Amino acid sequence: MIRSHVMICAGTGCTASGSATLQASLQKELEAKGLQEEVRIVPTGCFGLCALGPIMIIYPEGVFYANVKESDVPEIVEEHLLKGRVVQRLIHTDETTKELVTNLADTSFYKIQQRVALRNCGEIDPENIDEYIARDGYAALAKVLTQMTPDDVIQTLLDSGLRGRGGAGFPTGLKWKFAKGYENEQKYVCCNADEGDPGAFMDRSILEGDPHALLEAMTIAGYTIGANQGYIYVRAEYPIAVQRLDIAIKQSREYGLLGDNVLGTGFKFNIDLRLGAGAFVCGEETALMTSIEGNRGEPRPRPPFPAEKGLYNKPSILNNVETYANIPQIILKGADWFASMGTEKSKGTKVFALGGKIEHTGLVEVPMGTTLRQIVEEVGGGIPNGKKFKAAQTGGPSGGCIPIEHFDVPVDYEHLAELGSIVGSGGLIVMDEDNCMVDIAKFFLEFTVDESCGKCTPCRIGTRRMLELLNKITDGNGTMEDLEKLEELCNYVKENSLCGLGQTAPNPVLSTLRFFRDEYIAHIVDKRCPAGVCKNLLQYVIDPEKCKGCTLCARKCPVGAISGSVKNPHVIDPVKCIKCGACMDSCKFGAISKK
Amino acid sequence: MKTLEELAQLREQMKAKMAIRSTEGKLRVVVGMATCGIAAGARPVLNTLTDEVSKEGLTDKVTVSQTGCIGICQFEPVIEVFDGESKVTYVKMTPDKAKRIVAEHLKGGKVVQEYTIGSSNV
Repeated sequence: MIRSHVMICAGTGCTASGSATLQASLQKELEAKGLQEEVRIVPTGCFGLCALGPIMIIYPEGVFYANVKESDVPEIVEEHLLKGRVVQRLIHTDETTKELVTNLADTSFYKIQQRVALRNCGEIDPENIDEYIARDGYAALAKVLTQMTPDDVIQTLLDSGLRGRGGAGFPTGLKWKFAKGYENEQKYVCCNADEGDPGAFMDRSILEGDPHALLEAMTIAGYTIGANQGYIYVRAEYPIAVQRLDIAIKQSREYGLLGDNVLGTGFKFNIDLRLGAGAFVCGEETALMTSIEGNRGEPRPRPPFPAEKGLYNKPSILNNVETYANIPQIILKGADWFASMGTEKSKGTKVFALGGKIEHTGLVEVPMGTTLRQIVEEVGGGIPNGKKFKAAQTGGPSGGCIPIEHFDVPVDYEHLAELGSIVGSGGLIVMDEDNCMVDIAKFFLEFTVDESCGKCTPCRIGTRRMLELLNKITDGNGTMEDLEKLEELCNYVKENSLCGLGQTAPNPVLSTLRFFRDEYIAHIVDKRCPAGVCKNLLQYVIDPEKCKGCTLCARKCPVGAISGSVKNPHVIDPVKCIKCGACMDSCKFGAISKK
Repeated sequence: MKTLEELAQLREQMKAKMAIRSTEGKLRVVVGMATCGIAAGARPVLNTLTDEVSKEGLTDKVTVSQTGCIGICQFEPVIEVFDGESKVTYVKMTPDKAKRIVAEHLKGGKVVQEYTIGSSNV
């Protein structure tokens, strides 16, 4: 008889930090101690605290162990699982309160979180449909099929205020209503699981941790708009997600939750996977559908919108993974429950992927309207190494940055749009004083230049020219006219590109220009990079007062740019110097600095 | 599985199995499982408790777990039943006695006085 459940995160993050071998050695250890009949290992989806992985939670006590290593397994089995004593040294110390926390829900990371889309991630075994069913899985589908008309479903979604979580924030109920309105014997339900923003990984976590929620919501969508076929477009770079989806679809079919006669009601619905090859543009709805059709993933002009002519020219809807993950619960708990969370126009919760200069790299889900400060400082644990917050970048290559003056902005669709950024898919990259904002803009632009599909000229050539201007500025050759040209080009590309990729590509540049213009000017006029990032504007110098003449730096320098004799101050030849920083790292007297 | 009834049935079964993952508002039964407890036979007591709790369909009301040495090694195996702040301590347990505790105390809500540490029988 099972008396204990050991949950081990089997998401991509923890798998990368070794949770699979951990699970195997735990299994072995349990067998060695004869506990395999008493303790069950449950591989789960992501808990969100990826920085502390691998993560393990032991029930019924609910004790949370962080950074568990294979070598810790015998102690956990002997002490905790056999003798019932919590292994104190593996308990996590909360960064904010500096206290030991035994229960995950008590960490400051979890306290203000409200998990709706992520409710099952870390709570169930994603490869076991029964566990999903135990958590009210497929109850929403049963309710829809037996007690609701398609119009009821649409009305519920409209009342809930749910808006697309993929970036644009279009009301989901409205999208479904349009698609239902177009008569056709063949319609399609699509899911955008082609998560491409650098730094965003919430969709992957839902696919890996709660795949059935997506299948259930898509089936509800099929019933609502009158479709009997669904496609999940997922990137092939997410092997664990693809595998779990495959398993989930098989289990659903076996249980009659997908197929010709869903739950014996006569409703027919099937879902198939389509793997994407990782092109960023395929996250754009028309390009995604073109790619499902087997063609090269390029966007096409809208209108006609997909609701009228989408996949194979049939009425179709496309929603993002996180959007779908909210739907079964809206059906079960009601529109009012969902609308009670969030702000006036942005309802519900949003998942953010925290990355960059932050203590808790990972996934968080907070009500819309939570301030940026709360997300970064309370949930995220603040900036490491005592550095100062400078800006947060939201929305990836389509978004912008929010400077410290707006640290208290409530994060929702409207407020971020006012600041020239977007909620986007929910990537949130935190930057501290060591980040150069021109360099950040360049990073995102390099990404869009690479990912531009090349179909329309403004995006193909415009973004390239913008990048060239940025390179000129960071090389120290920029002029003030370049800045004007850059701005003009940004606005041109924004207005004239064919699809969302090009239309939003200038955002990182525009928003850094808006809030950090002085940094651009420092690069152009003073030929200086204030954060000390742009190599061509840097100079390494040795302070003759501090230099003891130990010769270590001269020996470390890979290009022989440092000269001087023993016990006399050394000098760096700026012509030879390649600015690798090796001298500064090696100096024991702090005599070398960047200027 | 095909029908709504079967889905509902499966949900109830699974809920009971997964109830172990929630601790809120439940009776908490702990078994002393330090060296002294194990030597005195705490393992079979613990297993009986888990079995019986599940058989009686109490998994959503009761959690069974272990603890270390309580400090009364001469009375092992020891079981403590926590109901919020209050606590009942049963001593010198056997699998048979554990069955009675499940039936009378955990299910029936009546403390089995004769097995408690305060009883003169001990």
